[in-house]
Amino acid sequence: MFAEFLQYVFAGLTIGAIYALVALGFAIIYNASHVINFAQGEFIMIGGMSTAALIGAGLPLWLAAPGAVVVVMIVGVALERCAVGRASNASVTTLIIITIGASIFLRGLVEWLMGKEIHAIPAFSGEAPILVAGATLAPQSLWVFGSAGAAIICLWYFFNRTLHGKAMLATSHNRLAAQLVGIAVKRVLLLSFALSAMLGAIAGIVITPITFTYSEAGIMLGLKGFAAAVLGGLGNGPGAVVGGLVVGLSEAFAAGYISSAYKDAVAFIIILLVLFFMPNGLFGKGGTDRV
Amino acid sequence: MRRLFASRLAGLAVLAVILIILPLVAPNTFYLDILILCGFNAIAAVGLNLLIGFAGQISLGHAGFFGLGAYGSAILTSTYGWPALGAMLISAAAVGALALVIARPILKLKGHYLAMATLGVGIIISIVLETEVWLTGGPDGFILAEDFSVLGFVLAGEESWYWVVAGLLLFTIWAAQNIVDSPLGRALRAVHGAEVGAAVAGVDTARVKALIFVVSAVIASLVGSLFAHYAGFITPEKAGFFKSIELVTMVVFGGMASTFGAVLGAVTLTALPQALTIFEDFEHMIIGAILMGTMIFMPRGLAPTLNSLLIKRRGE
Repeated sequence: MFAEFLQYVFAGLTIGAIYALVALGFAIIYNASHVINFAQGEFIMIGGMSTAALIGAGLPLWLAAPGAVVVVMIVGVALERCAVGRASNASVTTLIIITIGASIFLRGLVEWLMGKEIHAIPAFSGEAPILVAGATLAPQSLWVFGSAGAAIICLWYFFNRTLHGKAMLATSHNRLAAQLVGIAVKRVLLLSFALSAMLGAIAGIVITPITFTYSEAGIMLGLKGFAAAVLGGLGNGPGAVVGGLVVGLSEAFAAGYISSAYKDAVAFIIILLVLFFMPNGLFGKGGTDRV
Repeated sequence: MRRLFASRLAGLAVLAVILIILPLVAPNTFYLDILILCGFNAIAAVGLNLLIGFAGQISLGHAGFFGLGAYGSAILTSTYGWPALGAMLISAAAVGALALVIARPILKLKGHYLAMATLGVGIIISIVLETEVWLTGGPDGFILAEDFSVLGFVLAGEESWYWVVAGLLLFTIWAAQNIVDSPLGRALRAVHGAEVGAAVAGVDTARVKALIFVVSAVIASLVGSLFAHYAGFITPEKAGFFKSIELVTMVVFGGMASTFGAVLGAVTLTALPQALTIFEDFEHMIIGAILMGTMIFMPRGLAPTLNSLLIKRRGE
């Protein structure tokens, strides 16, 4: 009984850590530009796919993984430079369609380069499961926890202890004021896309040995990451992490105890219930309207 | 030319003439088929434009309502032997009731939160359609047993469908234009401009938003029902996220708050993939690039941009 419970906790935390990284990616870009980047899921997919491609080309994992991160960061920067950054005064709806256009383009590009087949990466440190109180834990899950934890700690340090990070925070609070005190707002925008592309790439690389990857693998991950980001309150960093873990855990418990068929619906049912009663998410601040 | 476009009925008349000429120049039923699909999407886009373009409320889940209408009609007629018209109306009424129930809590939300909630509703509907295999046939889809018939008159063949869809399109545009120019339409635009301001001026904002949400959902449901009968086969994908995005894109691409813009957007985005199939592998890349390009260089959409170009030309 307890072993079963623990098993679901492991599964939930593993996928929840991935959702947390995706949600953080949404939050960083949202803070810098008020854009919801619907191509966030594509960052994950390209992270996994390019690692698989680089390994296929004969590179060892310790070279392929950083290589994939660089590829995805280039994609992120290009997305800002060529698309989102060029439409600065566009409405929310227009911006949503631009990022969706980008995601369709990127999926098409990957399908053209690598086909629609499923690609795999070997687990980083073997498949032999670790037994914990009757439940099994895949070593790859530890890699997921470890890299998500490390990424979150680095982000915390970046935003609270470095000048660049503080410049980004300042920009998210008040763009004009940030510009007036000499912050290069344009560079902040670019940096936000690079950072969130990096988070997506990391998530994609560590999860691929467990779930495999293909050209459409990013769609659901991206949408659930968006749900996690909204759950925690858009633009709220700690909220995004909590949102990701809540979505991951409830999904695992729902799949285990209720019905695995409705696993994918759980994130959206939670987000609807929360939004009905707390229109700004769990930790979001209420906005005021100007007339 | 400009005064012609400025008048509502004249615009309708021009469209009616185009709709009459089109089947005469269409070389074969393949083109007629594409025209019919354009018509279905145009009707849905005109309905959604009332919500997005005029009331300024985004919905990333309208394909859910389209799908419910389609499956409602399909299941009621094929599994339970209902008459087609009755099934269509009952489905639309059920979708309207559902939309009414969720409208108030959902439309309290703003911006990205509203986008998230509507997206959630759409995805939950498509997952239900995909999972309840005993009722819907699941991911493999559902084959409709019978043609659409009303009082013994059977609607079959591309040609008769074309005239029905063309008539419905004209009627929907006419109705939409009447809504836009009615007190309700003015209230909607006030909500779009400044919601608090509208409320202060005495507009029951929650009520008008809910009302237009229900209207657009019911239109989507009716189109879904007709589409199911026309195609004879439906899959849960028709209710999915990408269908929703497609509908929103038609509205924004054509030009928000422009009824004929929505039609233009629907026709372009329905015909474009057909034209691009010759590019095979590059199809998705081209569609993605066109979406990005149009929205970057014409953020107001096709129709308003073309319109202001026309006016500029005239002025010179």
